[in-house]
Amino acid sequence: MRLRSKDLLDIESLSAEEIALVLDTATSFKEIGTRTIKKVPTLRGRTVVNLFYEPSTRTRVSFEIAAKRLSADVINVSVSGSSVSKGETLLDTVQNLQAMAPDVLVMRHPASGAPYFVARRLEAAVVNAGDGMHEHPTQALLDAFTIRERKGTLAGLKVAIVGDLLHSRVFRSNLRLLTRMGSEVSIAGPPTLVPPEVEKLGARIAPSIDDALVGADVVMMLRVQKERMQGAYFPSVREYFRLFALTRARIERASPEVIILHPGPINRGLEIESAVADGPYSLILEQVTNGVAVRMAILYLLTGGGGEAS
Amino acid sequence: MKGKLLVREARVVDPSQGLDRVSDLLIEDGRIGGIGGSIPVQDAEVLEARGLVAVPGFVDMHVHLREPGFEYKETIASGTAAAAAGGFAAVASMANTHPVNDCAAVTEYILKKAAVAGKARVHPVGATTKAMEGRELAEIGEMVAAGAVAISDDGRPVSDPNVMRRAMEYAKMFGIAVIEHCETLELHPGGVMNEGYWSTTLGLRGIPRASEEIAVARNIRLAELTGARFHVAHLSTAGALRSVREAKARGLSVTCEVTPHHLLLTDERVSSYDTQAKMKPPLTTEGDRQALLEGLSDGAVDAIATDHAPHHQDEKDDDFDSAPFGIVGLETAVALSLDRLVRPKIITLGRLVELLSWGPARILRVEGGTLAPGSRADVTLLDLERPFRVEPQSFLSKGKSTPFAGWELRGRAVRTIVGGVTVWSLGET
Repeated sequence: MRLRSKDLLDIESLSAEEIALVLDTATSFKEIGTRTIKKVPTLRGRTVVNLFYEPSTRTRVSFEIAAKRLSADVINVSVSGSSVSKGETLLDTVQNLQAMAPDVLVMRHPASGAPYFVARRLEAAVVNAGDGMHEHPTQALLDAFTIRERKGTLAGLKVAIVGDLLHSRVFRSNLRLLTRMGSEVSIAGPPTLVPPEVEKLGARIAPSIDDALVGADVVMMLRVQKERMQGAYFPSVREYFRLFALTRARIERASPEVIILHPGPINRGLEIESAVADGPYSLILEQVTNGVAVRMAILYLLTGGGGEAS
Repeated sequence: MKGKLLVREARVVDPSQGLDRVSDLLIEDGRIGGIGGSIPVQDAEVLEARGLVAVPGFVDMHVHLREPGFEYKETIASGTAAAAAGGFAAVASMANTHPVNDCAAVTEYILKKAAVAGKARVHPVGATTKAMEGRELAEIGEMVAAGAVAISDDGRPVSDPNVMRRAMEYAKMFGIAVIEHCETLELHPGGVMNEGYWSTTLGLRGIPRASEEIAVARNIRLAELTGARFHVAHLSTAGALRSVREAKARGLSVTCEVTPHHLLLTDERVSSYDTQAKMKPPLTTEGDRQALLEGLSDGAVDAIATDHAPHHQDEKDDDFDSAPFGIVGLETAVALSLDRLVRPKIITLGRLVELLSWGPARILRVEGGTLAPGSRADVTLLDLERPFRVEPQSFLSKGKSTPFAGWELRGRAVRTIVGGVTVWSLGET
C-alpha cells in the first residue's frame, strides 16, 4: 500500500488507512535509531531539500537526520524573512528548485497554504513541515505514533488539548488526526485563543482546563506563540499560568495512566510547570525520538517505498 | 455624434420610464430621438436588433482604473475597453491611484486621458482626504469643479469619525455622495478572509463581519448627524444590509451597492487557498449571500457594481497571505447577472437593468441610466441567449484574476453604444 497523493500537505486529506500505514511503517524504522550504525541505503541517490522560511531547530534537524539515516543527500535552505522581502518570489524559488530536480521538498512557511502553491508547481514530493496557522501533519503523525505506542490504540481515548489553539497548526493537524482515528478531543484555552466555529471540526470546547483534564488519557499542551500574536490575547504570564498551565496539582484530575505531550519548544513556567515537563508522565523527549522514525517513514512512502525498509 | 441610428425591433427595457416592450429606438446626433412601435426614418443607419434587448448603457459605479501610477495593472484605455466589452457605457473610477486623485490636477488628467483613450465614459471619484491618509479633507470643491462626481477613500477607510463627519458636512455643499469602503481595520490585523469555519479550517486570519457592520452603522449615524448623502461601497454582510434597510426606513439618504462575487460566492471558495478568491470585503457566508439576494429584489440594494480591481498576474500568483486583495469584474458582471440572477428568476430583467443603470446614475447624479427622449444615447444591447464562457486570457482588461474562470454562462452584452457611437460590439474588437 502507498499514499495516494504525491505530497504530504495535511492530515485533512489522509484516510484512516493512510495514517495507520505511516504509523506502521514508522514502527519498523524506529529500530534503526537504536543501532550502532544508524543508516540504511533505502534512499541512496535521492535528494531531499529542507526549505525553511521560519526558524526551526527540532523539525529541521529531525527531517535531516531522518533523510540521512535513509542515505539520502540532504540540503538545508534557510530563508530569513529579510531576504525574501528583498526580491525573489515564492514562484521563482519554486521554479529554481524544480530546475535542480530534488526528489523531496520539505517546506516550512509562515503563510498558511503556501505548500499547496508549491506542490502544484513542483514534480517533487512536497512535505509540509508547518504552514502558518494551518497544519503541521508530521507533528500530528509523530504524536499519534507516540500515543499509539503507549496506549496501543487511538480509538476511544480521551484527549485534552490545551493552550493557544488559535495560532496552532499542531492543534489543527492533531484535531483532524485524532477525530479521524476515533479519539474524543476536548479543548481548553483562553476564549481569545479559541478559533471561531472550531466545534464544527469535532472538538468539544471545555469551559476550563480543569474540566478538559477530567479522566484524560492524553494531555497535549500547546506552546503560547508569542511571535504570532498581534495584540493582547491575555493580560499576563502570571494570569495565564494561573488559569491554563499544566501543573502537578491539575494532573490529578486526569487518568492515572495519563501521558503528557508538547510539540516544543516549551515555555517553562508559562503553559507547563517544569516539574510536569520533566516528570514521570511526560513523553516530550520520546516525541522527539519518534519524530525521526515517523519522518523516515514519510520520506520512504513518498519516494515510492522501494521494498528495502530495513 | 452627428447622424441617425435606428435600432430596430429590440425589446427595449428601461426602468427609468417603466418601459419593457419591443420597439424601435432612434438615436439622433448622439441623443435618444425617440422610442416607438415602428419609427419610419429615411436617412438613418439601421441596426436590426430583433431578439436583442436594448437597455440604458450600464454604469459601473465602482472601478479601479489604476491610472495614473499603476499602469502595469490597468490603464484608462484598457480598463474602459474592458468596460465597453462588458456592456458598461460608463464607469466611476476610484481615487487610489498614484498620485491619489485628491486634487483637480489629477481629476483633470484622468478626464483628459479618458477623452482620448477611453471607450466608456469615466466619472472620476475624488479622494475624501488628502493622499487618502484620513486626516485632512482633500480639495473636494476643486475636484468637483474639475468633474469629480463623488468622494471616497475606497480601499482605505476613514477611521477618524470626526474627519468623516467633516467630509460629510462639506460634501453636502456640492450635493455629492460620500462613498465609503466600510471596514474597521483595527478589528482584524492581518485578516485575509471572512472569519468563521473556513478561516479556522484553513488557518487564515479572519475578518469578522462586524468589521463592515460597525463601520456602516457608524457612518449611517454620521449621515444622520450631518444630513449627508452616504453610499456604502461593496456591501457584503446581512448585518450591514439590515442597517441600510433601517436607515432607509427612517428616511435617511443612504444607499448601497453589492458586487456579483458577493452575490454568487461564499467563503468556501477560498478552500484551496486560491488567490482569485481574495478580495475586500472578503467573501462571506451563505446566510449573507441570501440576504444580499433578498436586498436586490426588495429594493434595499440600489446598485450592482463590480469593484473591478485589477492586479498584475505576478502579484496574484503568490501565497494567500502575500497576494493583494482584488479581482476584475467588468467583463463578467453582466453575463453573471443575466445567467445567475435573472435566469433563475431571483430578480427580473427590469430590476437588473435598474441596478446596473438608473440606480447608480441617480446615486452619482450623472447623466445616463435612461433612454428617455433627449437623453444621451448611451445604450447597451444584450443577447439573453448568447453562450459565454469566462476566459480570463481573452479579457481586454490587463487584470486576469477572477474566481469565475471557466464558468459557462448564457446571456451577455453584444454591443455598447456611448453617445450614439458603437464603442464595442461582439466580434468586432
